Amino acid sequence: MSAFGRWWAAVLLLIALGCSRAEPDRELVIFAAASLREAFTALGKDFERTHPGVELRFNFAGTGELRTQLEHGAVADVFASADSLHMQELERARRVSSPVVFARNEPVIVVSKDATGTIQSLADLPRAERIVIGTPEVPIGRYALQIFDRAAPTLGRDFRARVEAKVVSRELNVRQVLAKVRLGEAQAGIVYRSDVAGLSDVGVVGIPAEINVVAEYPQAIVSGTSRPSLARDFTELVVSEVGRRALTNAGFSVRAR
Amino acid sequence: MKGQRLVLALVGGLLVAFLVTPIVALFTSATVSEVAAGFRHPLVWPALRLSLTTTSISLLVVVAFGTPLAWTLARRRGRLWQALESAIQLPIVIPPAVAGVALLLAFGRSGPIGSLLAGAGWSVTFSTTAVVMAEVFVSAPFFVQAATSAFRRVDPKLVLVSRTFGASPLRVFFRIALPLAAPGLGAAAAMAWARALGEFGATLMFAGNMPGTTQTLPLAIYTALEADLRAAQAISIALVVVAFCLLWLVRVTLRGSLEVA
Repeated sequence: MSAFGRWWAAVLLLIALGCSRAEPDRELVIFAAASLREAFTALGKDFERTHPGVELRFNFAGTGELRTQLEHGAVADVFASADSLHMQELERARRVSSPVVFARNEPVIVVSKDATGTIQSLADLPRAERIVIGTPEVPIGRYALQIFDRAAPTLGRDFRARVEAKVVSRELNVRQVLAKVRLGEAQAGIVYRSDVAGLSDVGVVGIPAEINVVAEYPQAIVSGTSRPSLARDFTELVVSEVGRRALTNAGFSVRAR
Repeated sequence: MKGQRLVLALVGGLLVAFLVTPIVALFTSATVSEVAAGFRHPLVWPALRLSLTTTSISLLVVVAFGTPLAWTLARRRGRLWQALESAIQLPIVIPPAVAGVALLLAFGRSGPIGSLLAGAGWSVTFSTTAVVMAEVFVSAPFFVQAATSAFRRVDPKLVLVSRTFGASPLRVFFRIALPLAAPGLGAAAAMAWARALGEFGATLMFAGNMPGTTQTLPLAIYTALEADLRAAQAISIALVVVAFCLLWLVRVTLRGSLEVA
């Protein structure tokens, strides 16, 4: 019994140690859409340099997932979304206040190496053997279907049906779409331009501006943050010259000031 | 004595509470009408049907191939055999998404086996076969592990005596080892089946997410979660109910034989 008791006390002690996390001096928690990882990580380094003693903690995930976490009381200071709808819902629930669009991201067709000769425009898309898009529940999947519908006047009423006949998977996030095209499992997919920035193993085909649907990225300060001024500093950095350069490098488009 | 028993019960009770509370929360935080609406969600029935068929097939494969392997492993003692046993356990340790990448690299179009198949105009990725393969990959180690332990509990003297009386190795396997280990094998199969039913990461990576073809219940839950937490919760309840019923059924059927063993 006493050996068992001692062992059990050790387990309890470990649990207690695990719970009492040492708080750093000042900490800022940023919830950001997965596609912002590169741009925001670069900005984060910049922010920590100009704010000594402040530690940034990023939570990069799908926008829908982040919204669910925020709705269930996750502690965060800034939320940067890849989609306006989720942000509007959070604003209605008073979890965030006054969101502002800071970047735009346009969908493009990503083409596997072996299909770059076949698919050179949106009109060629139905010629792909296997197409992967996002599921309609995630923004990139919704945009893909909107694009196919908007192409109807120029590319034919059955364009969406012809594309969907070749769709073999409706992925849960844009990274899964990209992975399947990069591995050659699918010949084409719809992803954001920021996803293919700097990639050389896939082809990228633009979508005509009059057909394309552009994703707006809003950011907002989470209601009840304990560090409002630090949070505001970060959102200001995102829209500053430095922030705009980081976002442009990552494939986003930012409106000229 | 009594105090000690109380401490033991308290310790065990804490773990039970920790394991059961999230499941109870899943049920209690939804109203009956929400759950009813969840069962009517268009994603549910095709996904449920697909989950039940694929896990049945994968269970058959795992049991058919895993049982002879477990019997062999149970009677070998050498270092190489121990290494082999550890190697078979690896899929338990690696994250399912990594398992999915590994399956893609082996059986995908550019993989060594996949490119051969693609040459013959055959591709497993994005097919229901890929779902079954992912389920076999993640669940077989659980079965082999538990089945090997079950066979190890078979008295080696019984095997030896039957062999002395001239029974062939296959006869010993079917008439002695299999009946004696049956309860343990049943429990092993139930565990493997449960793991296959909950499989998510490897399936998403290797088979994709297509309603009716590769979208199993866990993938349907994740898909619904992107749009509506309530719907995801309702489908989760469906999954938990189905899993509980089947596991409970196995337990009731095995109870008699487990007590004998």
